This record gives sequence, C-alpha cells and structure tokens, in this order.
Amino acid sequence: MADWYTNFANSGFGTTLVKQLGLPRPAVLRRYEPGEPLLPGPVVIGSAGAGRLRDTVAAVLKDAGATVVSPVAADGSTDGEKLGAVVLDATGLTSPGDLASAHDFLAPAIKRLRPSGRVLILADPPQATDSPAEAAARQAIDGLVRSIGKELLNGSTANAVYVPEGAETSVASPLKFFLSGRSAYVDGQLLTLSPADVPTGEDAEKPLAGKVAVVTGAARGIGASIAKVMARDGAHVVAVDIPAAGDSLAQVANEIGGTALQLDITAADAPQRLVEHLRERHGGVDVVVHNAGITRDKLLVNMDAARWNTVMAVNLQAQLDITQALLDDGDVLKDGARIVCVSSQSGIAGNRGQTNYAASKAGVIGMVRAWAPQFAERKATINAVAPGFIITEMTAKMPVGTREIGSRINSLQQGGLPVDVAETIAWLSQPGSAGVNGQTVRVCGQSMLGA
Amino acid sequence: MASNSKPATRKAAIVGGNRIPFARSNSTYAQASNQDMLTATIDGLVARFGLQGAQVGEVVAGAVLKHARDFNLTREAVLGSKLDASTPAYDVQQACGTGLEAAILVANKIALGQIESGIAGGVDTTSDAPLAVGDDLRRILISLNSAKTMQDRLKAIAKIRPGMIAPEIPRNAEPRTGLAMGEHAQLTAHEWEIGREEQDELTVRSHQNMAAAYDAGFFDDLVTPFLGLTRDQNLRPDSSLEKLAKLKPVFDKALPEGAEGTMTAGNSTPLTDGASAVLLASDEWAAEQGLPVLAHLVDAQTAAVDYVHGGEGLLMAPVYAVPRMLARNGLTLQDFDFYEIHEAFASTVLATMKAWEDPAYCKEKLGLDAPLGSIDRSKLNVHGSSLAAGHPFAATGGRIVASLAKTLHAAGPGKRGLISICAAGGQGVVAILES
Repeated sequence: MADWYTNFANSGFGTTLVKQLGLPRPAVLRRYEPGEPLLPGPVVIGSAGAGRLRDTVAAVLKDAGATVVSPVAADGSTDGEKLGAVVLDATGLTSPGDLASAHDFLAPAIKRLRPSGRVLILADPPQATDSPAEAAARQAIDGLVRSIGKELLNGSTANAVYVPEGAETSVASPLKFFLSGRSAYVDGQLLTLSPADVPTGEDAEKPLAGKVAVVTGAARGIGASIAKVMARDGAHVVAVDIPAAGDSLAQVANEIGGTALQLDITAADAPQRLVEHLRERHGGVDVVVHNAGITRDKLLVNMDAARWNTVMAVNLQAQLDITQALLDDGDVLKDGARIVCVSSQSGIAGNRGQTNYAASKAGVIGMVRAWAPQFAERKATINAVAPGFIITEMTAKMPVGTREIGSRINSLQQGGLPVDVAETIAWLSQPGSAGVNGQTVRVCGQSMLGA
Repeated sequence: MASNSKPATRKAAIVGGNRIPFARSNSTYAQASNQDMLTATIDGLVARFGLQGAQVGEVVAGAVLKHARDFNLTREAVLGSKLDASTPAYDVQQACGTGLEAAILVANKIALGQIESGIAGGVDTTSDAPLAVGDDLRRILISLNSAKTMQDRLKAIAKIRPGMIAPEIPRNAEPRTGLAMGEHAQLTAHEWEIGREEQDELTVRSHQNMAAAYDAGFFDDLVTPFLGLTRDQNLRPDSSLEKLAKLKPVFDKALPEGAEGTMTAGNSTPLTDGASAVLLASDEWAAEQGLPVLAHLVDAQTAAVDYVHGGEGLLMAPVYAVPRMLARNGLTLQDFDFYEIHEAFASTVLATMKAWEDPAYCKEKLGLDAPLGSIDRSKLNVHGSSLAAGHPFAATGGRIVASLAKTLHAAGPGKRGLISICAAGGQGVVAILES
C-alpha cells in the first residue's frame, strides 16, 4: 500500500487540491505482480555510438515477452502508442559529440512514456578507457541519467548500466529488473556489471526455485518482506532473528512455508551454529541476506560506548563474521551463491545522530566491494542494497513533519515500501544476476540525500 | 508412509521440541486458554521444522486442569494450527506425568510402525482454570434445562439458595486425603529427614543452571516467546541461599506436633501456565525430511504407590518405576550421563535419591538385593528444572524430553539419560533416552 498522502493526491478531490496548491503529486508506482507482463507498453531501443548491445537487448526483451518498436522520429511527434520503456544503447561512445544522438533519440521517446515508465541507458564504464574524450563521453551518461530521473513524472524512473567489454551476457538480468515493476523505487542508479558465466533457462516466475535462502532480521519490517518475496520467487527461506522475536519469526516462517531459526547473530558461536544448521538441515545454502540491523541514535558527543558497539556488532561485524565462516567452511556455501548485505542511505549520505549507524552501513559498502573478486572466483556474488526512506513501523513512529519531509525529498516524491527493498534483494539473488558483483544498489527513489 | 509389511519394533527418534516460556499463575498468560497456548506451541514447532501443511501421524497432548468444553483440546489445537487439518489427535491425562506419557504413547506407535511421526505435548493453565458449580446447584440447573413447562422451570429456580452460588475452585489437593500436594511432600521430606538447607541448595542450582543455559543460547531452539514473555517468568538468576533462607515454611500443617516445616515458596514450584510439544519420528521419516535425530526413546515405565493406606509418600512412585525399567534394560542407576528428576519440590528430588541409596528401603520396599546407589549430582538437571522454569503440570514432560534429547545430542552419540517424573494420585512416569 502507498502512503496516505500518495493515496490522497491520487483521489478525485485530492488531485484537484494538490494541483491548485502546487503540492507534490506522487504517483502510485507500478509494482511487480507474478504473472503480469514485464512492461505495460512497448519498448523502444535506440543507440548513440557504435551500440554493440542493441541486438542483445532486443533479443532479451522479446524473449521476456515485450514488444520492441522502432525509434520515434526526431521531430518529436507525440502521436502513436505510449511507451512502457526507453532503452538507449550508448556503448561505443568515442567523444562528447556522439551524445547528440542520445539527445535526439531520448527527447521524443521520453515524451511518449507512460506512467511508471522506464528509461535505461547502457554504456561503457568511464574507468575502462585511457582516452580523455572517451571517458568524458562515458561519464557524461552519469549526469544525463540522473537529470532525466529528476525530470521524469508519474512514477517513471531512469537508471544506467555500465557494461564492460566481455560482460555482454551479464546484461539480461539487470535489463529485465530495471524495466520491470520490481525496480519501482530504484531511480537514478548507475550499476557496473562484470563479466560472468551467466546461467540460462531460469524460470521467470520462480527464479529462486530450489534455492535455500537465509534472511536475518526476518521477524518483521523489511526482513519479513524480504523473506516473503524470496519465498514467492521459489526459495526455501530460513528465517533468522533474535530469540526474543521468535513468535513473530515463527509467524513469518509459517506464512511462507519456511523455517524459523532463533539466533542472536552477534553471539560468539553464531556463525558456527548457522553453518551447522544449514549443513544439517539443508545441505548448504544458496543465498544469504544480511538484513538484521539496529539503530541506537545519539549525537556523537553524547554517545556511550554501548550504543556504538552494539550497532557495530549487529550491523557490520556479524555480516563479516558470518560471511567469513561460510567461506571458510568450504562446502556449505554452494556454487553460485549470492550474498546480499543491507546497507543504508545513511551510510552514503550520513545522518545527524547516526554516526554509529552510518559508519556501520558505510562499512558494508566497503566490505562487499572488497569481497567481490573472491566471490567471483567461486562463481558467486556479494552485493549491497542501500534503502532510502522506507515506510515501516519504525518510520510510522517519527514525528509527522520529519516523516513527511523525509519521504518527499526524492524524485518519486514518496517513501518506498519494504517490498521495494525486498524485490531488489531477490533480483540480486537470482542465478541470472551473476554479472552484478561488489555493487551497492540504492533503493531510494533517487533521494536527494547523498546523491 | 504406511508400508505393507509391519516392521519389527524400532526406537522412536526425538527430532526436537518447542515450548512457550512458562508464566506464573494469573500473570502474563492470564487471558490465554489452554487451546491458545497449545496452538501457539504447535505452530512454533511447525515453524522450527517446516511442517506447514504437513500431516503428522498423530498429535497427542493433554491438560490436567481442563474445561468441559475442551473435551477435544488437542484436536482443536491441531485444527487451529498450521498443520494439515487431516492430522489426527487425542487427549491424555496422567496428572504431572501427562507430557511424558504422551511422548511414550507417540513413541510406542512409532516403534510398532503404526505411525511414522507424531507430536507429543501438554499444556496447563492455573489462571484460566475451570470453575464448577456445587453439586446441589448443578442438579437444579440440569432439571431446569430439562423442564418442559414454565411451572416446572419456576419450581426448579425456586430451589436455588444463595449459598449454592459460590463456585468450586479446583484445588491442588488430593481428593482422598484432602492434603495439598506440598503437604504430602512435606510429610515425605520429614520422614526422609530432608533438611531445609539442602533443599535450598538444590533450588539455587536449578535457577543458576537454567539462567546459564538461557545465556548460552541453549533454549534458542527449544523455546518460542509468547505474549511478550521471552524467558520463564519464575526464573531467578540471582537466587541465593541467603534469599531463600528468609522464606517461611508453607506446607507444615500436616506435620506431627513439634516438627518444623522445611518447604517454602522458594524450594517448591509455583503454580504456572505454559505448554510444550515434542516432535518424534522414525529415523527414516526424519531423514526424508532432512531433520536431525537428537536421541531415541529407549524405554519407559510407570508405577503407582498406595499413599492413602500403604504408608508410602505421594510422590514416591518414580522410585519404584526406575528399578523395574533398569532391570529390564540390564542397566544400573550409574549407567547414565544425565539425569532429569522433575523438581515438583526440591525435597522430592532429594527424597527420591535418598531412597535409592537406602539399603533397607531398597530391600523392603523395592525388593532389591542391593540399593540402587547414588547418582553424580553434576549430571542432575544440568540445564535447570521445574524449580526454575515453573511447572505447568502437563507441559513439564515435553520440556524435559526436548531439553534432555538436545543435551544428549550435544554430548555425542551413545549418551544415556534418565527421566523421572512424579505425579498426583501417587503415580510416576520414567523413561530412558539415548543419543
């Protein structure tokens, strides 16, 4: 469910009122439902530069059931069918001059975008060239896509994917994610792919079928939502939370047909107990979602050691220790495993009163980046997701003013839902997401904080 | 599933257990019914072992204090749980031995190949206890119900007197002696010369052992919080001899002139609300489900004593049951790695052990050539028992079976544990588990 203001602003009277008052008019976002088509309208594919990915993109989208149409005339005709998505293949840019064709393609196409439409730009990574002109053109995509994200209306989003040479087969999974309703609250993001052996033949409805997935902090809030989405996508979920949260944990496990494991992840023997449980009960694990996190807010000058230490222990050290134990064990972490760590917008932008929390969440970003090469060797991945303002029981307790401002200062003018974070995590957990490694994906509606 | 040929008997496996934290009477669970607690406990077990929508062979449980409407308590709990609604269930009641007896019944059906899996449990509330009207009023109300004319109804109503209105509250007392269970236990403690200090020492150790077990995470996969309670409410980690020494004796009414009571609210278990459940199965079923086998239920025995006319203590029946079971299995009392003697009262545990050490008693009462001997106290109730956890009558057996099975499993294969539970009515239920 969207928040009260979004509902109001989309009601008959509300629409009139907020228009006249010039208030923000957040859209009801298109969110993924099993069985629905990838896009609510056709997708147009254009290119700027040589465009080595166009055929791949067209093939993937056709395979996913989307209708691919020809680019709109440069004169900007607004006639014809409304578009579900606009994809620009900007690989092979050699100089800023090549970007003119990006403008020529995007401007008329975006005019014809439906609500909750998608703009996705594929480009070469700026770091992968020695040529200043090439790097400039590639880096320009960064500013371009972020600005488009801020200009788009009606719940539409714009994101970019950097595709290095050799990572062409990695494109399919992020392409489908960014175009689908799964990425409803992911906006203004730039993702860099890596070359990988990408498994094919995944069941689109049940991409996690047969997988065992651990979700920590699964008793409530975002963790419960992650557990539900993972189960919906076919995984057997081992729902983990502290023993004191065991009753709601059991309810979550029973709702999704998973199992409950009461475990304080900061206990000295927790990694060992988790490894033993996974081996004994499930013969190993395919996906681990390090979601458990706590806040103990205070200004740094007033913060006692206990606040600092408990936040670090739960939010960062436990993720490190458990992941290390899984790696050390040898065979409990299955081939092609996926680790997804929950970071936070606070870890990117910082937040007053959250030095401990922000430090721990920034640490998560460094951790996944550093671990990525080692995971790649095992055909596995480790990534982070950084939620922005997500509407939960926790935010419901915030003062109205703080909450309303916090939820509006992003391009989608609304807070995200736990399911938005969950969808992103479930996508990173898919076998097909093998080419996404060491990345931190923000789920923040293109928040102005830390961008 | 059922096979065509009956297998030879096999030992039932204990897969694991679940219970809710035990609450003191008229406290956190005051508004919870037996059915609420048993259902929540089964659902916690379902979540732990992934049994959603699963049909287990049978669910067997019971309650000691039971409303008339709860005639099918366990089946109703199953219908309200996440188990497959086609899972059969029945109720049993053997006072404080109910939980262990339920486990024995399930284990025996598994042993005979009649079922492949089952859940044994128990629940009790002394807060939501059934109240009954007196027999006079009850007879009037029945005749009122069967009256056919208004005149007959008025006649019946006219017979009601104010004195009949007071309800009968269930008491923790023996119907044939009128003595509270604690008063019976105090008589036994007096007879066996069980001192106040050793009772208090046993009590402190129970609290300390259980608190340490909680801190070490031992109960993480044995307990699921309920109604905001995350640990047993009766547990006093800071219990001490000094604090216990200050308490006054409470069960000394029936003692002979001049004798001093030694049993207090501290070294006796309080009235408690709670529920427990244990998952049992054949080894094959557990392996198919990818579930562990913590231990096997090897054997069990019940006994009863004549505490009314026979001069035996009300809670001494396990003393008789154990040697019979040991003889059948060719074991001595010392052949165990862990002992779980239910702490109805600290004095009960001490009197039980003292009786087994007493050559004259063992010869005359138990008919043994030599006493059973003493047991290593460091192996007794190592994760605490009823004095710390509390004792919701029918739930205690399930608590002990699951905890002991986990303890044996952690100690390695081939470890043996003895369970001894005394029950009202002069009965006792004992069992052997082996990892």
